[in-house]
Amino acid sequence: MQLLDVDNLRVKFTTPDGDVTAVNNMTFSLNAGETLGLVGESGSGKSQTAFALMGLLAKNGIIEGSAKFEGQDILSLSEAELNRIRAQKISMIFQDPMTSLNPYMKVGPQLMEVLQLHKGMSKKEAFEESVKMLDAVKMPEARKRMSMYPHEFSGGMRQRVMIAMALLCRPKLLIADEPTTALDVTVQAQIMELLNELKTEFNTAIIMITHDLGVVAGICDKVLVMYAGRTMEYGTTNEVFYDPRHPYSRGLLGAIPRLDTEGETLPTIPGNPPNLLSLPQGCPFQERCPHVIPRCQQEAAPLENFGDGRQKACFWTPDTPVNTSGREVAA
Amino acid sequence: MSLQRNKDSFQRKNSLQPILKVRDVKVHFPIHKAKNWPWEKSPVLKAVDGVSFDLFEGETLGVVGESGCGKSTLARSIIGLVKATEGEILWQESNIAGLPEKAMREIRKDIQMIFQDPLASLNPRMTVGDIIAEPLRNYYPELSKDDILSQVREMMAKVGLLPNVINRYPHEFSGGQCQRIGIARALILKPKLVICDEPVSALDVSIQAQVVNLLKELQKQMGLSLIFIAHDLSVVKHISDRVLVMYLGNEVETAKAEPMYDTPRHPYTKALLSAVPIPDPEMEKKKEIELLEGDLPSPINPPSGCVFRTRCPIAGASCAEHRPRLMDLGSQHFAACPKA
Repeated sequence: MQLLDVDNLRVKFTTPDGDVTAVNNMTFSLNAGETLGLVGESGSGKSQTAFALMGLLAKNGIIEGSAKFEGQDILSLSEAELNRIRAQKISMIFQDPMTSLNPYMKVGPQLMEVLQLHKGMSKKEAFEESVKMLDAVKMPEARKRMSMYPHEFSGGMRQRVMIAMALLCRPKLLIADEPTTALDVTVQAQIMELLNELKTEFNTAIIMITHDLGVVAGICDKVLVMYAGRTMEYGTTNEVFYDPRHPYSRGLLGAIPRLDTEGETLPTIPGNPPNLLSLPQGCPFQERCPHVIPRCQQEAAPLENFGDGRQKACFWTPDTPVNTSGREVAA
Repeated sequence: MSLQRNKDSFQRKNSLQPILKVRDVKVHFPIHKAKNWPWEKSPVLKAVDGVSFDLFEGETLGVVGESGCGKSTLARSIIGLVKATEGEILWQESNIAGLPEKAMREIRKDIQMIFQDPLASLNPRMTVGDIIAEPLRNYYPELSKDDILSQVREMMAKVGLLPNVINRYPHEFSGGQCQRIGIARALILKPKLVICDEPVSALDVSIQAQVVNLLKELQKQMGLSLIFIAHDLSVVKHISDRVLVMYLGNEVETAKAEPMYDTPRHPYTKALLSAVPIPDPEMEKKKEIELLEGDLPSPINPPSGCVFRTRCPIAGASCAEHRPRLMDLGSQHFAACPKA
């Protein structure tokens, strides 16, 4: 049985300017211990997908569809039931480690609180367990750090505290929302290595939300590329990176400046991401797509299965391969 | 062909004097502590601690480093937004460090800046046309309205803004377009040097590529020199002729872009480059990362001797004694490490 099974997830917000569909018909599943990358630009709905799963949507958000976690639909749970699952089985780390820690509380009590509340541990047990976890995320002088405030930590150390906190109850699923975006590259490398180690140590499934395709390449088993709330392409990391089938994934891979290649001008995706309030009829990517056909303006291509469990939402079948740096080879 | 071009530009550059010479610039900020006794010396934060470089006409110098390494402060000291505590900034052979504001204003006709946050750097109550025209109105009050309008229109076309958006306000634009407005505002005076402080780091990947290409093209058209500050090493590689790496206010390594990325010499540069994730699953798995231990030390109380020694994999006892000088490793490659 799959750990997480998301079926036709839809997230809609009612705003004074009209309805916004932030997530549109998302379907994906995740096995235990697997890492899925949700990739897309800002506003593509990757964070809202995570928030919907965690029951953290803003008040004006409406969810449709289903998300089964270990066979149980987590979208229709009451707040109390959800709280039990949220800490013990699913946890989340956020982009900005400063704003997601309580600045008035020492780090120790913040960590211990989780264990006392969810595992019914005594203060002493919780303290020892928290120290152990801080050690596991390679926090130097963990015991001493327990009595420090978040502002005394650097960005990377704060993110380690967040990761430790998320792992305290040994969750089966960890949702990481841009965990390294606010960090420097050398610190990012430390955190990524840590996540990779923890993944094998605790056999945690991870949903990694990021816009950095380099991060995806380093940690993810599968990738889901999102655009304007829709799945554009889904497959294993190798398949999507070496044989992208959707024009958007191709454009995205080609547009990254890379250390290992030379180039005069970067290939670009023309135009801007669409406004979710006024999406065009049909495919949301049509205005920026180099392979647009009249049919794209009438209907959005449905998500079709192909190959070995891959998916894409596009009428176009690529006839040109891409080179190793994700750029289309001229025919 | 690209080799030929490099060769040409190299010869041309060698025959010319650099337009900007920065010599041992230091920017120190005094820290006012609440508990400080009046007779105590207040501690000093050394944001930039002795950086020197030359910039030639038409050249792009990339400045990289982690947050807090002083790259933005360096840029701000060049354009006079913060005062350099020590050192010389020679703009076309005359020292502009510590010039009074009035004289500095004249210099800024030639040196302009593009900022990181595209929306925050535009006045929300001015229209796009007014924003782009403001430098002209400021420096050339004698220009007629029509002259200004035609120059603004021309500039907007150059940066890829449609003429019909001239009366719109910044909030109506996306991040990438706001950055185009910022670029137009910086270039309307036809400056010789543009300092770009993280111009693309707030933008999405697909938009980032558009803005980088635009900057490169405008540079070619207008013969600009660029100082390009970024923490994204791949972007810097793509746009720069030469790269300067900073760590804790110090210049760690300077070289032309290719040797810098192919054969980095300083241990910090090596670690920094190996930490950049490559968007290629197989290569990323094979890659060996030289992980740096620990965090950036505080610039208020930096380590003695070499500032990098606390995290350096090859540091020895001697590193604590002397601050390493930049060593010439040949063909314009400099590194501040005796073991490099």
